[in-house]
Amino acid sequence: MTDPVLSVRGISKSFGALKASDDVNLDLQPGEIHALIGPNGAGKSTLIKQIAGGLRPDSGQVHFLGKDVTLLSTVARARMGLARTFQISSLAMEDTVLQNALLGALGAQGKPFRFFHPVLKDSALRDIAETALSRVNLLDHATMRTSELSHGQRRQLEVAVALTLNPKAFIMDEPMAGLGTSGSQNLTTFLDELRHEAPILLVEHDMDAVFALADRISVLVYGKIIATGSVDEIRAHPEVRRAYLGEDA
Amino acid sequence: MKRETMINALLALGLLAVPLWALIADEPFYITLATRVAIFALAGVGLNIAIGLGGLVSFGHAAFFGLGGYAMGVLASHAQSYTPMMEWPFLIEGSNSMPVIWITAVIASGLAALVIGALSLRTAGVYFIMITLAFGQMLYYFTISWPAYGGEDGLSIYIRNGFPGLNTLDPIQFFAITFVILGLALVFSTLLAKSPFGLALNAARQSSERVETIGITPYRLRLTAFVISGMITGLAGALFADLNRFVSPTMFSWQTSGEIMVFIILGGTARLFGPVAGAALFIALEQVLGGLSDYWHIYLGLLLLCVVLFARGGIIGTLAGEEARHD
Ligand SMILES: Nc1ncnc2c1ncn2[C@@H]1O[C@H](COP(=O)(O)OP(=O)(O)OP(=O)(O)O)[C@@H](O)[C@H]1O
Ligand SMILES: [Mg+2]
Repeated sequence: MTDPVLSVRGISKSFGALKASDDVNLDLQPGEIHALIGPNGAGKSTLIKQIAGGLRPDSGQVHFLGKDVTLLSTVARARMGLARTFQISSLAMEDTVLQNALLGALGAQGKPFRFFHPVLKDSALRDIAETALSRVNLLDHATMRTSELSHGQRRQLEVAVALTLNPKAFIMDEPMAGLGTSGSQNLTTFLDELRHEAPILLVEHDMDAVFALADRISVLVYGKIIATGSVDEIRAHPEVRRAYLGEDA
Repeated sequence: MKRETMINALLALGLLAVPLWALIADEPFYITLATRVAIFALAGVGLNIAIGLGGLVSFGHAAFFGLGGYAMGVLASHAQSYTPMMEWPFLIEGSNSMPVIWITAVIASGLAALVIGALSLRTAGVYFIMITLAFGQMLYYFTISWPAYGGEDGLSIYIRNGFPGLNTLDPIQFFAITFVILGLALVFSTLLAKSPFGLALNAARQSSERVETIGITPYRLRLTAFVISGMITGLAGALFADLNRFVSPTMFSWQTSGEIMVFIILGGTARLFGPVAGAALFIALEQVLGGLSDYWHIYLGLLLLCVVLFARGGIIGTLAGEEARHD
């Protein structure tokens, strides 16, 4: 097996008596989509926060590109090429769609301390931003204010911003939520191709999308990974069926 | 032309027309009033970069206004008494040249903003407001208890400082200086809002998390904005001291911080010309209501309350409608 792009090693995190992450091990191989599923409140978003920065685990490590990044800031991890999309959009709502995409391009370029040249006239940044928007079919909405987008469109914009970073790995928290059937299908097709640019750790409730996309699936229940395997293995796993797919054993 | 642009142009013309009329009508008092408006607006343009663009509600900008004022006071008092400020390890003399004073004011307030900002920006919200307030008050009490430069009584400067080629004692010429500086600050402020830095700063105001996720540290953006903001307000302080030919610890008081904030709120937070409109209204109210009652601040308070409750966009926002600051 090749070296994983991302690997989570024995991460635990408690909030008081609640174990949100319980000795979690997980990795992301080059070119793969690794889906993380689990019921509401299982600790998926909490795990993502520890991987992307912003929440320090009580114990365990996160390795990214062969480096221990457990103690690095969110900014440092982003600069290494870790791109994250949020379950609850954290876009600049007052800004336009294009401005949000430009912000991503600016972050990737790493030179925000320029005070005189209008950012909208910076053709290098604009190219990156517009390409990313067109890839998620949002270019027509470029001049719209982000707060006017539907929830689904905000998710797409989250993905577009992640694209502008040209990252080494994507971590996506429920990118399909609120998209509707045809929207999810489009995004599914898109992510299917995207995995060849960089592997994706995908948290998703939409099981059609998960089963269509995932090379591997990990199931998180009460902060613990109870199974990791291929789509068929997970479908057949009795404990998974009981705990997550809501079937009687 | 967009409506807000038109309102801005009218404001600029108005600020120019009043002193020109006063010149013809031989009413120098109104030239002085217009000069005060320009200087207060400049202080507000500085604060607006912190509050409007950066979301950094500083209640301590009197610190920078006062430092600018004392940069003028200290330099000019040494020049007027022909005593050097410092002889060892190298000689520093006073100065009565405006450009020298301005540069000193900008550097002093920029350094102060760097220190105050570096400490205060580790907090947010109410704590940030309180810490900036505390720094302002510290400087206030420091100047009161520092006898070398007049202590509580302040410092009088007998002759207005000079600018090459101009007679600064002529009210209209001094007004012209402040008007041009205000204009330059407004141009700079526009460029800043549209620049890559402005985009990132403005995004950090809306979501720190977003900015971190794309690999930019919000703290650095905010500190830079705070320093720029302090420098502009400091320059306004130097001009204000020169207008009055007097500096006193009052420039450092929290009331001064409050007044600069009032200009912005009245005029419209984050609106380019908000501080101009706000400062003009403030001075107009002070003249009209101040003549009727010593307690005119009560009416100002009521007006502020109305703006905050019913017209969040201030004067500019109410006149220009839906905000359109980023296109
Ligand atoms: N900062 C916090 N302090 C205390 N409890 C927290 C905190 N963050 C999350 N939790 C708790 O940890 C548990 C896991 O939350 P998390 O958001 O990670 O779940 P999730 O798997 O993403 O759920 P969903 O599918 O609804 O998004 C929940 O019970 C939540 O209430
Ligand atoms: Mg979640």
